Amino acid sequence: MNIQIRPILVALRRHKAGTLLIALQIALTLAIVCNALFIIHQRLANMSQVSGVDEADVFVITNRWANSDQTTSQIDAQVRADLLALRQLPAVRDATPGSGYPLKGGGWDNYVMLTPEQVQPTTDAAVYTGDEHFIDTLGLKLVAGRNFRPDEVMVMGTQQAITPPSVIVSKALADRLFPGGHALGKSFYSMGPVPTTIVGIVDTLQRQGVDRYAQSHAGQSLIWPLRADDARGIYYIVRAKPGQLAAAMREAPKALLEQNRMRIIDPKDGVQDYATIHHKVYDNDRGMAILMGIICVVLLAITAAGIVGLTSFWVGQRRKQIGVRRALGARQSDILAYFLTENFLISTMGVVLGTVLAIAVNLWMKNRFEMSSMSMAYVGVGVLVLLLLGQGAVLAPALRASRVSPVEATRGG
Amino acid sequence: MFGYYIDLAMRSLRRNKALTTLMVLAIALGIGASMTTLTVLHVLSGNPLPGRSGTLYYPQIDPRDNSGLMPGKEPPLQLTEIDGFNLLRAKRADRQALMTGGSVPIQPDSAAIDPFYVEARYTTADFFAMFGAPFRYGGGWDAADDEAKARDVVINSGLNERLFGGANSVGRTLHMAGSLFRIVGVLDHWAPSPHFYDLYTGSYGYTEQVFLPLQTALDMHLAHNGSNDCWGNGTGGVGSIYPSSSCVWMQFWVQLDTPAKAADYKQFLIHYSEQQKALGRFVRAPNVRLRNLMQWLAYWQVVPDDVRLQAGLAFGFLLVCLVNTVGLMLAKFLRRAGELSVRRALGASRRALFAQLLVESGVVGLVGGVGGLLLALLGLWVVRHRPSDYAALAHLDPAMLLTTFLMALGASLLAGLLPAWRACQVAPALQLKSN
Repeated sequence: MNIQIRPILVALRRHKAGTLLIALQIALTLAIVCNALFIIHQRLANMSQVSGVDEADVFVITNRWANSDQTTSQIDAQVRADLLALRQLPAVRDATPGSGYPLKGGGWDNYVMLTPEQVQPTTDAAVYTGDEHFIDTLGLKLVAGRNFRPDEVMVMGTQQAITPPSVIVSKALADRLFPGGHALGKSFYSMGPVPTTIVGIVDTLQRQGVDRYAQSHAGQSLIWPLRADDARGIYYIVRAKPGQLAAAMREAPKALLEQNRMRIIDPKDGVQDYATIHHKVYDNDRGMAILMGIICVVLLAITAAGIVGLTSFWVGQRRKQIGVRRALGARQSDILAYFLTENFLISTMGVVLGTVLAIAVNLWMKNRFEMSSMSMAYVGVGVLVLLLLGQGAVLAPALRASRVSPVEATRGG
Repeated sequence: MFGYYIDLAMRSLRRNKALTTLMVLAIALGIGASMTTLTVLHVLSGNPLPGRSGTLYYPQIDPRDNSGLMPGKEPPLQLTEIDGFNLLRAKRADRQALMTGGSVPIQPDSAAIDPFYVEARYTTADFFAMFGAPFRYGGGWDAADDEAKARDVVINSGLNERLFGGANSVGRTLHMAGSLFRIVGVLDHWAPSPHFYDLYTGSYGYTEQVFLPLQTALDMHLAHNGSNDCWGNGTGGVGSIYPSSSCVWMQFWVQLDTPAKAADYKQFLIHYSEQQKALGRFVRAPNVRLRNLMQWLAYWQVVPDDVRLQAGLAFGFLLVCLVNTVGLMLAKFLRRAGELSVRRALGASRRALFAQLLVESGVVGLVGGVGGLLLALLGLWVVRHRPSDYAALAHLDPAMLLTTFLMALGASLLAGLLPAWRACQVAPALQLKSN
């Protein structure tokens, strides 16, 4: 089949306004769609990060003290008693006290330095506190070194900052501080004049926050052997025995209240399983991804409908010319090819302009919203989608055109 | 004439239902999406204290050392305890209040209610007058109460409802954080949004239920909520509470009634920084800012990035919908070249044809606008049911309602302009001959 491009171009020149409008629409659609795809992919990547926690069995109790005038030693005694009670529950495997938990949506983080005099921090780490049960409770995987010993666990009172001599770090932090896998036994400084020495390394332990700042230090966390006996309250992280999560979540708050009633466990979100925590912390990301998805679909639908509308009009306008061509020997497939090629030419114009626009939009987003650069793969996918969309949309009117009878040439004025 | 044009428009629109539906739908979707996001943007970037915001300022000074632990040329966003009290006691502004956030447990008298935590603001006497917080009963405390570390508390209307059924509770006591407080005032409904005076505790939909003197709270070591940034080895060592000179965790607001006073106050901040440097407390050259309330919100970029991004994309979306409508309108008008030529031949001027076609696109815009409004209402309903902290604020106000209609009408007239002009260029004789 021999497609003549020149006559198509000549014809298009007679429909400048319409041609330019379709091309512009395709360009704008491409610019928005590939940036939206980029955002969707980024958000989905955020959401699919592994927390390192045994999410199926772990839940968190937010325990606030009703009497805020307790001394640190009173609180510590209560916390120890609470932990003992929790660990004795039939459905509970282990429990640990904490000042925060992974995916909490923000919390304590510290700058980390390799020397005490350092002016620029080396990196930033999320800070977790817990006792010797922390690793087992969260289901973390110790890949080097050892767990904390019970005698290493120190007490931290309200608004106190303590740098314990030993620390367990995530592999991401270990690799960031001491590339080459020699982190075990090394020391670093974190907001204090006293060094802290790495005694263990856990595989994956995500940070408490998931915001942009946290993403740029993803997975860099440290655990200090501390019981955070804050006068306000404490988090109890609890791991149920496999399959007994629901039972453990029922028993645990009851057991705590039996211990001592002077505490407040919010009936609404005082006890949360990890499915809930995970769902909540990525709510914005999920909402944004869904919204972008809807925008993409609707935009593509509108653009397709626009192409159908305008091409149908052109077909209607050119019935006579089509009839003449048919009468002069053009086959149905020639007419079909004519309209498909015409659309392809317009779409190509659109996607070339659209690629420029897409990069411009990405630059704007980079400036305004500190986003990263979009990979050209998104533009490639977008171009492909729009070219196929154009061909698909033009198919119905083009088929109608191909069925125009040669007799039409003789009809009308 | 106008009535005739409307009639013509309706006939023409009815003739090709699919095309008309598509145009109306495109405009409605574009308008609906942009109005939803624009309304959210408008609500979130609103002025929390209209009429007062121009005279409220947020002083910033730079007490950091050179350790680089808090990088950046801008001074910290909050004050240290020492500087806060120094500036407060200098009393160089018309009004001033030092404050920070916290939360305290309340032990209700009635055994039927379990103890619960409330959000608290620890502040100084001028807070209420400076921000124009309305009282339903009683009033605030005074500067003497601040210094005396009085156990006075102001509660908000919600807490008054919960504890006292909305009755006048002034003079009654509140068992709070293990101590007895005297209620001196009950606020009327007051929830400035954004929560400008302390954006760390929450930007939108956040209110404190109790307000108590800052020095009382410090004396009782009540729990602090919000941000605390330290430098140097400020946080090290067992037993240290926030060091008063190397951690910033307090907000300080001043009221300066004239621009001249604001300029003087800025000079005072520079002078203060120099003095502190001479004393050896500050190491950096004076680095001060004095932003008024709206400048402060803009600097903070209080509107979430996602919301601005959504608004940007929604307008891109509207643009595509408009281009789409222009294309369809063009096709439609050009197709009617024959009909238009007849009208021209019968004596209608180009102007009259142009007006007629614009009326037709205006009708499309109006119907699209109504559709867009319905979609925007639906969109805002969805926003309100999302778990974001600004969800409850997403309502359409009269200003945005008017904007919607003007935008829809303007957009469709704009979309009709080019097609109508092109269609008016037909040469009647040629068209009539060829038909």
